[in-house]
Amino acid sequence: MLEIKNLHVKLEEEDKEILKGVDLTVPTGAVHAIMGPNGSGKSTLSYVLAGREGYEVTEGSATLDGVDLLELEPEERAAEGLFLAFQYPVEIPGVSNMNFLRTAVNAQRKLRGEPELSATEFLKLVREKAKELNIDAEMLKRPVNMGFSGGEKKRNEILQMAILEPKMCILDETDSGLDVDAMKLVARGVNALRSPGRSFLVITHYQRLLDHIVPDVVHIMADGRIVRTGGPELAREVEENGYAGILEEVA
Amino acid sequence: MGAQQQESDALEARLARCREDLAQYKAGAWIRKAREEAEARLRAMGLPGRRDEYWRFTRPDLLAAPEPAAAEPFETDEALVFDEIDRLKIVFTDGRFDPRASDDLTKAGVGIEIITLLEAAEADLHWAQDIFGRLEAAGQSPVPRPLAALNTACARNGVLIRVTGKVARPVSLIYRHYHTHSDAMLHHVVRLEEGASLTLLENGPGGARFNSVLEVDVADGAAFDHVRAQGRDHDRVAATHLFARLGAKSALRSFTLTANGRLTRNEAVVTFTGDDALAHLAGAAVGDGNSGDFHHDDTIFITHGAERCESRQVFKKVLMNGAVGVFQGKILVRQGAQKTDGYQMSQALMLDGDSQFLAKPELEIYADDVACSHGSTTGAIDEEALFYLRSRGVPRKDAENLLVLAFLEGAVEEIADEVIADDIRLRLQGWVERRG
Ligand SMILES: Nc1ncnc2c1ncn2[C@@H]1O[C@H](COP(=O)(O)OP(=O)(O)O)[C@@H](O)[C@H]1O
Ligand SMILES: [Mg+2]
Repeated sequence: MLEIKNLHVKLEEEDKEILKGVDLTVPTGAVHAIMGPNGSGKSTLSYVLAGREGYEVTEGSATLDGVDLLELEPEERAAEGLFLAFQYPVEIPGVSNMNFLRTAVNAQRKLRGEPELSATEFLKLVREKAKELNIDAEMLKRPVNMGFSGGEKKRNEILQMAILEPKMCILDETDSGLDVDAMKLVARGVNALRSPGRSFLVITHYQRLLDHIVPDVVHIMADGRIVRTGGPELAREVEENGYAGILEEVA
Repeated sequence: MGAQQQESDALEARLARCREDLAQYKAGAWIRKAREEAEARLRAMGLPGRRDEYWRFTRPDLLAAPEPAAAEPFETDEALVFDEIDRLKIVFTDGRFDPRASDDLTKAGVGIEIITLLEAAEADLHWAQDIFGRLEAAGQSPVPRPLAALNTACARNGVLIRVTGKVARPVSLIYRHYHTHSDAMLHHVVRLEEGASLTLLENGPGGARFNSVLEVDVADGAAFDHVRAQGRDHDRVAATHLFARLGAKSALRSFTLTANGRLTRNEAVVTFTGDDALAHLAGAAVGDGNSGDFHHDDTIFITHGAERCESRQVFKKVLMNGAVGVFQGKILVRQGAQKTDGYQMSQALMLDGDSQFLAKPELEIYADDVACSHGSTTGAIDEEALFYLRSRGVPRKDAENLLVLAFLEGAVEEIADEVIADDIRLRLQGWVERRG
């Protein structure tokens, strides 16, 4: 269970508060969505949870199954089972995707005190998961995200998620820049991972992804706060009336 | 006493010692002539001094001084680089040919003849006389390289290799260092006849102070691959020169790995004399100023004197704790050298704010139809990439190491032979994992 309480975050470099008291609980096994206009702080929330530098938490807490995330290094959070599918996956020249995946899997296993996967075990795992996501072997040989199309980058994020098997998955606008087919593929990948022991926080600007990954709960974020929480119907309300309507109601 | 007087005293001291040393050995007419001419060249230019523009970023004192500074040999139980590779071994210990540690040179195989400089020097005539000291002399203009002339005048040891066929098994020159004060000087000549090919490996520190010259004459259609790993001794100093003359449709690929070393200056002087040839020069230098001073200098001079030749320079340095990296690279395209393709990239990755990278890239072009590009960058580890890796569970140090190796990969991938390249990768991986 992910529990975020009264989380206030400002930029380290300037006096700008971005998250202004976020309260959010995602129970184990649940799929929650966060929707909200651009600039409302959705990515900031995901980065702060993942441990990116440049932000300062001034108040509040964030725990995963009781473990204080904010105290941990990014790699420790990952080992605790947190995974962020980046809105903008990073390109890393010189590191092959395959090498990256193997390093990540084995690093997490090591941090958790589990034995590393053998080369054959790893290969088998990657091939199987890549096939499900329609990722061809060539893409695995190339440097991480280099020369990948927008859709390939997003599928690569889901591939990492499928291989790492985290218990808390945060997807930051995994649908943005995808055509319908690519989005369906990504949604199928995510749905295949849904399980009673795994929670999702799906961040999206549009409702359409939520037609494919149907959430249990939908939150609306605006100006650094969760301003409304409801069922899947809330997403449809956004689709019909836009954010303006909902935000007026709240105000 | 003025600095100039000191420098000329240093020169006289070195020449006196080298004459004394050479006097004990028989020297035939060809080598006497080469040495006398080199000595005259050297007197005309003098040893490098601090005021020399070409030595602006690297102090030549330790390299030019009459006596070498002390350097302890580096002790390790690890398998040495290239140990796993099937090769013909030629060993020099503190600059002296070591026949017992070396393979039998008379059994070098088909298409290749190897003779030590000691032995070749006894004859009055030798095939190497057209190359020995000649490529070095040609490389003295427009920029003097006095340490190379000193080498021609004084080196007693080295090998002369003539390749007439496509030789699959690499020749491996191994430079051991035992004595704390050894002053080693080696001069090698490689002649590749038309269509011939050879891979030459070099590894080891050579001595407390090491001065080496490698003259390579690559005839039409021949290919020379050169991979070198300079020793890990912390206090060693080295000045190396590669002089290469490239015939039509020939190829030269040279890669150097440097880890540790108080002072290293690697000069490469490459001249295209025939059309459609290529030269790829690359280097990966990694230095931690905490394990002793680290100063590493790549100085490259490529002359395009023929048409449609391709030159490529990829030099990468990883610097930390006050390490200093220098890159001086010049591409000279002579009039008429049309369709020249020249590329030069020098990059430094700084692991902290204490280190320094000094780069002087130069292009001088006298032909109108050429494509030349160059670039030089200094940067830190990419924070975005680091966070991405860490967010996947890779600990900071491991993530940094992965990015450091990825940075160096751009130079390592210039090595044509995958097995040799993997061996180099292993060394670099060892270095990043050991670093503090
Ligand atoms: N590193 C940063 N520097 C400056 N402004 C930032 C930074 N990160 C976020 N912001 C600002 O914080 C607000 C929230 O951004 P973000 O979290 O990316 O929103 P969303 O993902 O909801 O579009 C925006 O106004 C954005 O400009
Ligand atoms: Mg965003």
